[in-house]
Amino acid sequence: MSINLTIIEKYLRENKILPTVWCPGCGIGLVLKAVLGAIDELNLNKNDIAMVSGIGCAGRMPVYVDFDTLHTTHGRALSFATGIKLAKPKMNVIVIMGDGDAVAIGGNHFIHTSRRNIELTAIVINNFIYGLTGGQFSPATPLDSLATTSPYGNIDQPFDICRLGEMAGASFVARSTVYHLKELQKFIKLALQKEGFSIVEALSNCHINYGKRNNLSKPIDMFNWFKNNTTLKDEEGKIKRGIFADKNIPGYYKQYQELIKRAKLCQR
Amino acid sequence: MSKIEIRLAGVGGQGLILAGLILAEASAIFDNKFVSQTQSYAPLARGAPSKSELIISDREIDYPEVEKADLFLALSQDAYDKYINDLKENGIVIIDKDLLASKHFSSLIALPLTEIAMKSTGKSFSVSMAALGVIAALGKFSSYESLIKSIKKNAPKGTEELNLKAFEAGFSAFGKH
Amino acid sequence: MKEEYIFLSGNEACAEAAIKANLGFFAGYPITPSTEIAEILAERLPSQNKIFIQMEDEIASLAAVIGASIGGLKAMTATSGPGFSLMQEHIGFAVMAEISCVIVNVQRLGPSTGQPTSPSQGDVMQARWGTHGDHPIIALSPSSVKEVFDLTIQAFNLSEKYRIPVILLMDEVVAHMREKLKISTHDIRIYERKKVKLTQNEEYYPYKNEVSKVPALALFGEGYRFHITGLIHDQAGFPTLRIDEINDWQDRIFGKIENNLDEIIQYEEEDLEDAETVIISYGISVRSAQAAKNIARENGKKVGLIKLLTIWPFAEELIKKVSKKVKKIIMPELNRGQLVLEVERNACFGGAQVIRINRLDGKLISPKAILDKI
Repeated sequence: MSINLTIIEKYLRENKILPTVWCPGCGIGLVLKAVLGAIDELNLNKNDIAMVSGIGCAGRMPVYVDFDTLHTTHGRALSFATGIKLAKPKMNVIVIMGDGDAVAIGGNHFIHTSRRNIELTAIVINNFIYGLTGGQFSPATPLDSLATTSPYGNIDQPFDICRLGEMAGASFVARSTVYHLKELQKFIKLALQKEGFSIVEALSNCHINYGKRNNLSKPIDMFNWFKNNTTLKDEEGKIKRGIFADKNIPGYYKQYQELIKRAKLCQR
Repeated sequence: MSKIEIRLAGVGGQGLILAGLILAEASAIFDNKFVSQTQSYAPLARGAPSKSELIISDREIDYPEVEKADLFLALSQDAYDKYINDLKENGIVIIDKDLLASKHFSSLIALPLTEIAMKSTGKSFSVSMAALGVIAALGKFSSYESLIKSIKKNAPKGTEELNLKAFEAGFSAFGKH
Repeated sequence: MKEEYIFLSGNEACAEAAIKANLGFFAGYPITPSTEIAEILAERLPSQNKIFIQMEDEIASLAAVIGASIGGLKAMTATSGPGFSLMQEHIGFAVMAEISCVIVNVQRLGPSTGQPTSPSQGDVMQARWGTHGDHPIIALSPSSVKEVFDLTIQAFNLSEKYRIPVILLMDEVVAHMREKLKISTHDIRIYERKKVKLTQNEEYYPYKNEVSKVPALALFGEGYRFHITGLIHDQAGFPTLRIDEINDWQDRIFGKIENNLDEIIQYEEEDLEDAETVIISYGISVRSAQAAKNIARENGKKVGLIKLLTIWPFAEELIKKVSKKVKKIIMPELNRGQLVLEVERNACFGGAQVIRINRLDGKLISPKAILDKI
């Protein structure tokens, strides 16, 4: 417990009254813990961290943390973060998104940020649902799941967010869950150290707006689901955890420095 | 010379936009006149209608588009038909006589401009440079020297010689006209 | 003497002016008829250690611009109608979060794809009200290459000073028209962003509640560790639901513009002293108006001209005053009547008759069309 207290004291804003806006038992708080834990392990300077988010439950995270924080529009956090990174290349820019935020309305930015491989770290908190608006299906909602806008079962095929980022060109892509918190923190730590665009997908529980309609109405039900339905190995019918991509390719800002040199030679 | 209105019209790929720019900058910078140059073009680069217009004046220019032209270069039948009536009295018309048909009138200059360009450079897109040569030879719009300077400045890198050749060919063709 | 002048298109002048204003970041997406601005900056910015980035769409472009501005760079994007429509949400974000940025919209015929290579002044109301919610905005509209240059610099200056997005409304003709421009660096005034200065133990408030004042915005990475949000927020930048704080916020973001109209609103008058008829115009239609006025004056008619350089906020007091002096106001614009609504709303105080001249077929209004109404 003492280490957690330290993290809270060190990284949460004093003037922000807890509890958070999130429902009791929500997994987003656990993701926050893993993010702060990874930052602490790496001993990053708070002044060098920018946390950027979009809209949705996950989007509320930056308000609590004692960094430079930016709460943007729905789906566009990566594009704002791109501008910040290029203006302040020394900062560690961490982008917090939900599943709908990252790959529905923000899907275009997600694949293009991956393609560009710009030096940002994206944490996609995938709780399979639009939580803040009350439980509509998202591009990550499993087939046949019930949601307020899929009352007869979801027929939209879900995205595999990690495969999407991997194929689009991100240098580091990994997935874990809030049940596997130490593993999640390890992946976030690796992501923060990686050059280029790094993505960590954190499967998280929204027992309120996803779980209650799908026989998983308590946090523990969803944790057990993560425990039983995810795997580090290749197992048929289970969601794969682990590292999907770990490539040593130059990031966009680094490439831009090369471009500057080329431009200077041409203009001489 | 209080205000001169010039219209260059044809189709994309004839180099009209570049010719308009060269003539405009020759007048604005090297002849030290006030110039407004506008252009209209279609989203496609080749074969669609293309037009460049210039107002050249000793005073600051208000309305920037040509209403009645003092000089009209037509390099397509469509352009000719569309604008031939928007001329000032005694307005000069230059046409490529192989590209379009025109009735004869005293201020008409009909030359095989594309052929002149092809003979001098082998490139049909230099037809507008040949036409600029004719305009230089007319003397009253911009000077030979200013146009040469402007071609050197505005022709895409590596094409200066080619454009100057077509210009010279047009210039001397007018003398023989 | 000759060599002091350069011959430029409006789009080229815009790019040149942005560089002169210390543009540090450009993000954009190709669209006719604004693309040359991006092309020039793609060539010019990198060798000056400045950033050019082509984004995946206009939404991302303005987002990146806002991000870069938060990082301390003067930032801009350039687009045309369809892209401007996509940018509306982020224009609202920049108003709400009070982030300086410049948005160039080279207007073309719309709606939808419309006619990409034809001029229009159809986005006047969209510039004012395109983003949702009530809000202040600044929009400038040049009528010549020289004004494109001057107003681009002014757009940066106003944006940096008032922490508000400034829209430069050009049109296809102004953008592609080439004219002579004399750039004399000594009379260009560049406003640089105010730096945060705190006394000892003073807390930093990025949205400090002082009416008519514009608090300095700290940059990310400077150690202030503050919060920026598109939600309605308190002085510190954190979301609030308190009615008093919402009202304070509102008073301040409107007040910083409304209480500084004298500095923000720019216009020029010609031959107004004895005028019985005044032509009021902005953007490319000013050129038609000037020609008509000049011809009318040659024919002994008492006609004057008002050229609006700032169209938003609108010069309400000017129109009220003028409408008491003249009998007739003629307003040409390349739309079905947009800014004329503001003229009519204010001219009713003086009682001058307002005559609209409108065109939206991709051609300019001819001087004759205006002369016929004088």
